[in-house]
Amino acid sequence: MTTTPTSTPAAPEREAGGGARLLGSLLRLREVPVTLALIVLVVVTYLANPLFLGAQGVKDLLLNATIVIILAVGQALVIITRNVDLSVGSILGLVAFSTGTLFATFPGIPIIVVFLAGMALGALLGAVNGLLVTVAKVPALVITLGTLYIYRGLNNAWAGGKQYFAGDRPDAFGSLSVDTVLGFPLITLIAIVVVVVVAVYMVGTRPGRDLYAIGSDPAAAELFGIPVSRRVFLAFLTNGVLAGLAGVLYASRFNSVGATTGSGLELDVVAAAVVGGVAIFGGSGSVVGAAIGAVLLTTITSALTALRVDKFWQQAIVGALILAAIIIDRIAGLRTAKKLRVSEARDV
Amino acid sequence: MSNTVTTTPALDTSKTLAAEPRGRTGAARLLLGRDAVMIYALLAFVLYGMIAIPRFASPVTVGFLLLDVIPVLLIALPMTLIIITGEIDLSVASIAGLTSALMGVLWAAGLDIGTVLAISLLAGVAAGAFNGFLVAVVGLPSLAVTIGTLALFRGLALVVIGDNAVANFPPELTAFFTSKLGGTGIPTVMIGVVLVALFFGVLLHFTPFGRGLYALGFSKEAATFVGIKVARAKFWLYVGSGSVSALAGIYWTLRYSSARSDNASGLELTVIAAVLLGGVSIFGGKGSIPGVIAGVLLIGTINFALRLGRVSDVVLIIVTGTLLIASVVAPSVFEAIKRWQHNRRLRRSLPQVPASGETNATAPGVQERK
Repeated sequence: MTTTPTSTPAAPEREAGGGARLLGSLLRLREVPVTLALIVLVVVTYLANPLFLGAQGVKDLLLNATIVIILAVGQALVIITRNVDLSVGSILGLVAFSTGTLFATFPGIPIIVVFLAGMALGALLGAVNGLLVTVAKVPALVITLGTLYIYRGLNNAWAGGKQYFAGDRPDAFGSLSVDTVLGFPLITLIAIVVVVVVAVYMVGTRPGRDLYAIGSDPAAAELFGIPVSRRVFLAFLTNGVLAGLAGVLYASRFNSVGATTGSGLELDVVAAAVVGGVAIFGGSGSVVGAAIGAVLLTTITSALTALRVDKFWQQAIVGALILAAIIIDRIAGLRTAKKLRVSEARDV
Repeated sequence: MSNTVTTTPALDTSKTLAAEPRGRTGAARLLLGRDAVMIYALLAFVLYGMIAIPRFASPVTVGFLLLDVIPVLLIALPMTLIIITGEIDLSVASIAGLTSALMGVLWAAGLDIGTVLAISLLAGVAAGAFNGFLVAVVGLPSLAVTIGTLALFRGLALVVIGDNAVANFPPELTAFFTSKLGGTGIPTVMIGVVLVALFFGVLLHFTPFGRGLYALGFSKEAATFVGIKVARAKFWLYVGSGSVSALAGIYWTLRYSSARSDNASGLELTVIAAVLLGGVSIFGGKGSIPGVIAGVLLIGTINFALRLGRVSDVVLIIVTGTLLIASVVAPSVFEAIKRWQHNRRLRRSLPQVPASGETNATAPGVQERK
């Protein structure tokens, strides 16, 4: 998890060894600013209000972060390929409502079947996005803006004014977000597994590395022989599956699912990824960073309550954080570019 | 995005064919262009509505339809210019919301209405200048910046007014904003909207600044070399966008006589959908004000007609989404067909060379295009 694609300029130096250099390259990781911000936030809030890190407090923090973490991981995959998926909130809403419907229609249905059905529906919706983007060669921003409307409309048409409440669902399903193992709620453990699996895939496999290459320079990736369309489609498909999983977990975590479930969530998710160091124009960042970004954004909300700050500040702070993240990214990018120029000059 | 660049085959530029249709000129260009098609579509739909939908053909329709589309119409104008330069502004609806919230608080604090309006408008200008500074001067990607300011400005609106609502604006003012011009049903404020539209239309189509924006959208480097001040142009576009969004926010507040933090939320998506439907290319460098106005009115009319036909809002958003996707997918389908026809014509006109050396030269280009 310690390698990021931008750390390549540091690679030759690392051979020379030296603890200071290792520390330096660690500090240059894209995940560092967001992690520091998270630590500072948690420590300051804890000092002001020790209840913040009580057993129940931590559990609430983790539960609140779970769904955004999963969505941010999927979004990071898509953003790394220099695309974006704005329809995740709508996908989550559709899947959450269909989960409610499944439990209400087939009372004895096994939970695992519901999970698979939700992820399959998410995969289908993600595949529609992926196909439109790769076949029509239209920017993902526009396509997923369109499917954001369409999926939300389908959800509205299907649900109407109907809502399903937690009472319609089996207790075992609801307890997924109540029971804990070692202090971690079960659904949070699912999210952590997702983060680890996707992170390993991105760092250690050919298709994972291909996604970075595509995001850095799509034309070069094509010339290099990477099946660009297939990989981008894969990223959208995976994002759909993860949004589907998040939708099922949403139905477990929250009391009611209806026509407007998850609307507006896409902004938080993109924000989490960007704050977590995933560059909006692709090619750099990691899913771990995106996950930490998600934890930071959801923790801010709880921290503001714990610090008794007016809750209305929350969204303004999210906005300021996004801007801070891209400005930091820009400064880091300029420094790397300068360093690259210097080292190239030396080599020649 | 750069896919389109790489897949341009060498064949395309090598040769002009006698049978190849040339670019349209003169009247044909005016009557058959993308803008004209949008206007025909709008007229056809209005005609269909007048014949097929009961109660559609009346001054009441005109009034409510226009009152509903005015915010989108206003914001779509600067958005057209911004998208033509290859940038985007997602924060417009949040600026409108911030303006509305500010108006509410200042009015509730007992300020004179003229001062309230002036300060609110200035807030919009400042918000636009903030976007413009980050995009044009600092050089950050506009998509990321305006996603950030989308949250920031909406957040500031919440900070300013919380979950309160202010509704007691001067009745003569709110009445003015819903008043009609005589018996035509056209709202009085349309005069102002038309002036703004004329301003942006003339700016884009008849001034060196506006023509430069197209160059900017095609290639930033080339635009710099022909002497266009790229950063300055972008900065002023965002200031313009902020100001017009503030106007839309003021209009929204006085039309519904309600200042709330969530006013106009989500409007940015409708605006962008309408602009793209109106023929502006998301890649930049292509589009026109008349086309965009036709696009906005088309979406507005379809929505209004569906609502008259008691179709629920549910279907409306599906229609908006489908129109948006269709409007961007259709050009690339046409493009693909055109390229295919071109290649077929080219292949037919090429002398049949038996030697394999000649055909080998073109083979990679042909394969690459798949």
